[in-house]
Amino acid sequence: MTARQLTQQIRRGDTSAVAVCEAHLDRIKTLEPAVSAFNTVTAERALARARSLDALQQAGAPLGPLHGVPVALKDNMCTAGVPTTASSKILRGFVPPYNATVATRLEAAGAVIVGKTNLDEFAMGSSTENSALGPTRNPWDLDRTPGGSSGGSAAAVAAGMVPLALGSDTGGSIRQPAALCGIVGLKPTYGRVSRYGLMAFASSLDQIGPLTHTVEDAALMLAAIGGHDGHDATSSSEQLPDLLAALTGEVTGLRIGVPRAFLGDGVDPAILAAFNAALATLAARGATLVDIELPHAGYGIPVYYLIATAEASSNLARYDGVRYGHRTAIEKDDTLRTMYERSRDEGFGAEVKRRIMLGTYVLSAGYYDAYYLKAQQVRTLLRQDFERVFATVDVVATPTTPTPAFKLGEKTSDPIQMYLNDIFTVSANLTGLPAISVPCGFSAGRLPIGLQFTGRSFDEVTLLRVADAYQRDTAFHTESPTAAEALMNRPASQP
Amino acid sequence: MSDTFEAVIGLEIHAQLLTATKIFCGCSTAFGAPPNAHACPVCVGLPGALPVLNRRAVDLAVTAALALGCEVQERSVFARKNYFYPDLPKGYQISQFELPLALGGGLQMPASVGGRFVKLTRIHMEEDAGKSLHEGFADSDRKTYLDYNRSGVPLVEIVSEPDMRSAEEAALFFETLRQILVWLGVNDGNMDEGSLRCDANVSVRRPGDPKLGTKTEVKNVNSFRYLEKAIEFEIGRHIDVLDHGGRIVQETRLFDAAQGKTYSMRSKEEAHDYRYFPEPDLPPLMVDAARRDRIKAALPELPEARRRRLIAEYGIPEYDAALLTQTRGVADYFEQTARSCGNAKAASNWVMGEVLRNMKERAVAIEAVPITPAALAGLITIVEQGTISSTVAKDVFARMYDTGRAAAEIVAADGLAQISDTSSLEPIVQRVLAAHPDVVAEIKAGKDRKFQFLVGQVMKETRGKGDPKLVTDLMRAALGT
Ligand SMILES: [Zn+2]
Repeated sequence: MTARQLTQQIRRGDTSAVAVCEAHLDRIKTLEPAVSAFNTVTAERALARARSLDALQQAGAPLGPLHGVPVALKDNMCTAGVPTTASSKILRGFVPPYNATVATRLEAAGAVIVGKTNLDEFAMGSSTENSALGPTRNPWDLDRTPGGSSGGSAAAVAAGMVPLALGSDTGGSIRQPAALCGIVGLKPTYGRVSRYGLMAFASSLDQIGPLTHTVEDAALMLAAIGGHDGHDATSSSEQLPDLLAALTGEVTGLRIGVPRAFLGDGVDPAILAAFNAALATLAARGATLVDIELPHAGYGIPVYYLIATAEASSNLARYDGVRYGHRTAIEKDDTLRTMYERSRDEGFGAEVKRRIMLGTYVLSAGYYDAYYLKAQQVRTLLRQDFERVFATVDVVATPTTPTPAFKLGEKTSDPIQMYLNDIFTVSANLTGLPAISVPCGFSAGRLPIGLQFTGRSFDEVTLLRVADAYQRDTAFHTESPTAAEALMNRPASQP
Repeated sequence: MSDTFEAVIGLEIHAQLLTATKIFCGCSTAFGAPPNAHACPVCVGLPGALPVLNRRAVDLAVTAALALGCEVQERSVFARKNYFYPDLPKGYQISQFELPLALGGGLQMPASVGGRFVKLTRIHMEEDAGKSLHEGFADSDRKTYLDYNRSGVPLVEIVSEPDMRSAEEAALFFETLRQILVWLGVNDGNMDEGSLRCDANVSVRRPGDPKLGTKTEVKNVNSFRYLEKAIEFEIGRHIDVLDHGGRIVQETRLFDAAQGKTYSMRSKEEAHDYRYFPEPDLPPLMVDAARRDRIKAALPELPEARRRRLIAEYGIPEYDAALLTQTRGVADYFEQTARSCGNAKAASNWVMGEVLRNMKERAVAIEAVPITPAALAGLITIVEQGTISSTVAKDVFARMYDTGRAAAEIVAADGLAQISDTSSLEPIVQRVLAAHPDVVAEIKAGKDRKFQFLVGQVMKETRGKGDPKLVTDLMRAALGT
């Protein structure tokens, strides 16, 4: 059931916030041992909150648009009084004293936070395998990754543990796991959603967004979390339009750009077939397909890994063992420097260390111009590519990922292979443009495939309208994940 | 200084901007709170916290820049200066680097120190760090405590060109700059509490050599006298090293005030690579022409201009003008008093005298003096009118200070008015003459200096209220001298 349907049922009195919360907690209890989507499940808190929401409803108080809907937050978003670890050993036991703006806004909208989901440590990765708490598994095939870094949120939504979850997207970290788990993932325009309380990976690229089953739910959730926030100087004062009203199903005359040249090597034939079929569906609904060129899109990966690591090397400097988080055991003759080195060495995982070192190098005297500055210049060229394209088309369509979900451990030894997974997603982060992934089919092995649309800056309306229209003609998003269903249907006696 | 070398000095001055709250969060900047009383997720660098620029801090920084003749940049960019230190909570300081808030400008120095115009390189905004507390705790031998109250306090860094040639000139530059910043209300000038700090870059070279010598930086010298001493010491040290065939090592040094010496803190080889890059959490700082012009229009007249105008407009001596412009409040106080009473010299004497003396004794600023300029003007007027003598006036001033009452009111209530009618004074003069026949005889014998003694006796009898001129006249007439 979608979040929209759930909240309507609660409002009608067909069910209660408590009953909905209990049902989802039950499902989490059943599936979590196999899926490992959560770092923390806040069952007590969630039930207490659901009870207070039911009381509010009984008292006739005004109810929020997400009234009674269970939600999960990626564990890099601060929740006051609830551990927030970024799936890093360095933050084990860290309990923030404050709420991220998105957490405050979700609760203000009536949502019930049921837990915090697993991620690649500090959102650095594409498989959730870089988590200090162990990997999350794909509900469609437990031997495969759910993608990353928002793999926990994606798996939780795909498996029906929650109808809605928040992820963060720095290079595709919402859209790629959404595609690999067969759900909807939306990365809003940079600045649309406040980053206050999001543990920064790369500040100029990070953006929080919804993971849901339907585009309508994504619109509902973005409406709840979006809009200007005085705590984030990069949050836009651009007015948030009525997103639900935008979902008219109308795409007649809408121009969809397809960068054919960019879809060449390395893309799985099943993905290309699903992508082409999706385009045909949209064309049949009245949209016009236009061939476009994005000459600099091919540089996306290197540019992304230069900028993201540079910013990360600085953003992660605060994890020094001084004020919070892991501090090494101090020996008698240890210097301050030893404390820093050992605390960080013990606290950070291999991929995080790799990126901190790479980023430190990128910003170093003598290399800054050749790497960081050059990357920023190419970023500008990429932005210009999209500006040019959006003069003639309304959205750009590509596959979300070059392949469906890969096996756990398959790419962990080869970082470059892992990085290439982001080929279609990094552009939206580098340009700040909004992008969404919707389910558009299955591979031969019944693994989900994602279709990505990228829109104009702050034009989530058009983006969501196209994606919603597509969902009106397709049913991929209504299918249940095979492995999770098998677990649910197991006789109760079995372990 | 050895005449075979010329000193080259540049200063970097960190001035705290006088805002109520920190530069990137809502915490108070008040000095003296218990450790970490003024701290929040932003200024202790908790995960996920983000900076939001304090607009008031920008206005103050722009005020300083415009007053110093700098070109305020329409677009400036915050940058991260990356280094690890426990008092630096984020592992980077938010500062400005490639594109600072303001460029150029400078200060004209007086002829006494060479009459140079000392140029400024730049002014940029940044946040202060916290404070490591190495002492004062039972376990201080094993632990360092941290206080983040200062973390995120707004600063401007004012960087001069290496335009100064003597320690004296540098100290005067710093002093003049301090006066201007305080005058503008941009900084409180309090060097003990660290709201104004100075680093000096010192090098020496042969006169006429266009190339600069290797410099050393003396960090954190927080008094004008120490700055002068530290620079003096460095110049001497450089010359000594070079005279003995040595080479100056580029390094950072600290000044030990007790010993009057500088000592090495770290050399260039150990210097950090700060890996500056634009701060992605803050959009570029835009100061448009309208905002700049609005701040410019609100700039007060600066000390030097004020001094010149006071001399021209009120005809007061240069000495007076310099004293009266030590702060903007004092200058305002003087001008209001002078305008109210119409006697600028008298106003100047009173402000330089009783007013400044009371401020000093009571350690208060002009704003805390309870006598308003209008009230002081009232006192000056009744002295001028001869209602009270200047001796009594000082007493009246003291009573005004303590009670807040007007001068005329005190004079009337306490019966302090000057006695200036002959009929009242004549009998007293006669009494005094009768009581001192010996003195009268001495005066008549030509010892005129005894005359003042008799006048004094009359004043004593009138409890200081007798009109001294009239008393003198009556006495002369009675003695026939
Ligand atoms: Zn604060």
